[in-house]
Amino acid sequence: MAPSLSSTAQISNRQRRRLPWTTILIVLASIPMLAFLITPILALIARVDPAAISENMANEEVGQAIWLSVITTASSTMLGLVLGTPLAYLLARHRFRGRSIVDTLIDLPMVLPPSVAGIALLIAFGRRGFIGAWLDEAGISIAFTTVAVILAQTFVATPFYIKTALGGFAGVDRELEQAASVDGASPWHIFTRITVPLCWPILLGGLVMAWARALGEFGATIIFAGNFPGRTQTMPLAIYIGFEVELDIALTLALILLGTSFLILFIVKFILRQNTSPTT
Amino acid sequence: MRRLNLRTVFALFLVVIVGMSGSAMPSAVAAPAEPVELTVFAAASLTEAFRQIGKNFEKANPGVKVVFSFAGSQQLAAQLGQGAPADVFASANTAQMAVAVNTSRVAKDSPKTFVVNRLLVVTSPTSKIKITKLQDLATPGIKLVLAAKAVPVGQYALDFLDKAVKDPAFGSDYKANVLKNVVSYEENVRSVLTKVALGEGDAGIVYVSDVIASSKTPVKRVNIPDTLNIIASYPIAPVSDSKHALLAKKFVAYVFAGDSRLILARYGFNLPK
Repeated sequence: MAPSLSSTAQISNRQRRRLPWTTILIVLASIPMLAFLITPILALIARVDPAAISENMANEEVGQAIWLSVITTASSTMLGLVLGTPLAYLLARHRFRGRSIVDTLIDLPMVLPPSVAGIALLIAFGRRGFIGAWLDEAGISIAFTTVAVILAQTFVATPFYIKTALGGFAGVDRELEQAASVDGASPWHIFTRITVPLCWPILLGGLVMAWARALGEFGATIIFAGNFPGRTQTMPLAIYIGFEVELDIALTLALILLGTSFLILFIVKFILRQNTSPTT
Repeated sequence: MRRLNLRTVFALFLVVIVGMSGSAMPSAVAAPAEPVELTVFAAASLTEAFRQIGKNFEKANPGVKVVFSFAGSQQLAAQLGQGAPADVFASANTAQMAVAVNTSRVAKDSPKTFVVNRLLVVTSPTSKIKITKLQDLATPGIKLVLAAKAVPVGQYALDFLDKAVKDPAFGSDYKANVLKNVVSYEENVRSVLTKVALGEGDAGIVYVSDVIASSKTPVKRVNIPDTLNIIASYPIAPVSDSKHALLAKKFVAYVFAGDSRLILARYGFNLPK
């Protein structure tokens, strides 16, 4: 009895000891990157004078920039949802010639430098642009308007949603859809009652990623939409201009941007965990 | 297959790392042959002229490499204030040089004006609205592009409007009407010019030197008479904590020398009286 007891104790001891070792190594190896990612954010927070925040919040341009960012990111995210979903569904459900080219083209806005996106948008939708010249004839001009801000955000951010949604749709078991179809459900019914309920956490995750990217959009906006307080000056632009004029204002806005992004990402993660853990 | 791929990636990664350290290594070993880098922060409007002056300076001083950072003066001043390493600062106005002095990056008495610049209205050749005189800037519906107030030329444009308001030929509501037409406050003078050249803006206010420097950009000009024009002073100074203090001083002196003055004049700058 006694020897066998001690041997099991040894084994469990060894096991207990072996696991932590690798864990400790992994933790140690993780620290540098974690510290690197967190340090600038902490430095920024430490630098802001709490008294200055409330003071700067009263600044008209700060309020305008926040409001404009809220409006434009909401619009571009909605636009991405409404017009990006069919595209994601198409790519997830159908194999067609040129599909991988389309798929790669959708990747492009994600990897392009935003300045390239801005120039491309200007050349397409500017007054002398490809489509813009034609719109100009009709009396519509996009550059330097809030619409330009929304277009810039939609261009750079929607691919994040499309790619995520594509994965979501692809993960839904097609047999379930086919079974419903056999039972006489309409395609719209199948989509809203079966496909979306099965993958909505993934769609939401993609949507939030697109929203976060839109909120941070800077390069394409300043080139395509210009910089005008209340019209095209979103928070990132106000932060950039503020950095040169009044650092305090830039810091306040940066902190608000950080706080909101963190909060929303955190909440969404929480919702997703609530909804995905029972099934897995 | 998967493991092989990972290994290949890792090997490539190593190659890159080794390659990078390889290229970094000689600088540590062969220190004497390494050129001295002189970092010059200069206003965006100086881009072409200073590039040429920099090349000449390198020729006159073997072993020296001049590295430029061209941006809006306000941006450069802000960077200097945050401790950006630089050896020389050339600003497009005295206000941004004062910012550098206030943050102790430039000694109080060292800035000297080396050129002056004048404002000019540029208009788009493709614009449907004819802008042939300064009064036309107040025509409702034109798209006017200015530089942000923080950018020297943006402040000068406002100063010009203030002067015009006092002139009976323009009327007291001229400034307000012109500002109503502004569609964007750009963050440097060159993007004002580009947006007008592209036809996105109908008109913009830039420096005379910008139009000469980028002579390929198709814009039309409307001159601003001397009585209303703003003469922009460009001060230059060595950065006080420069690691190459002597060389920085030498570069500043070089900008005042005959050859450099010719280059600056060729790019549309005037020499200070």
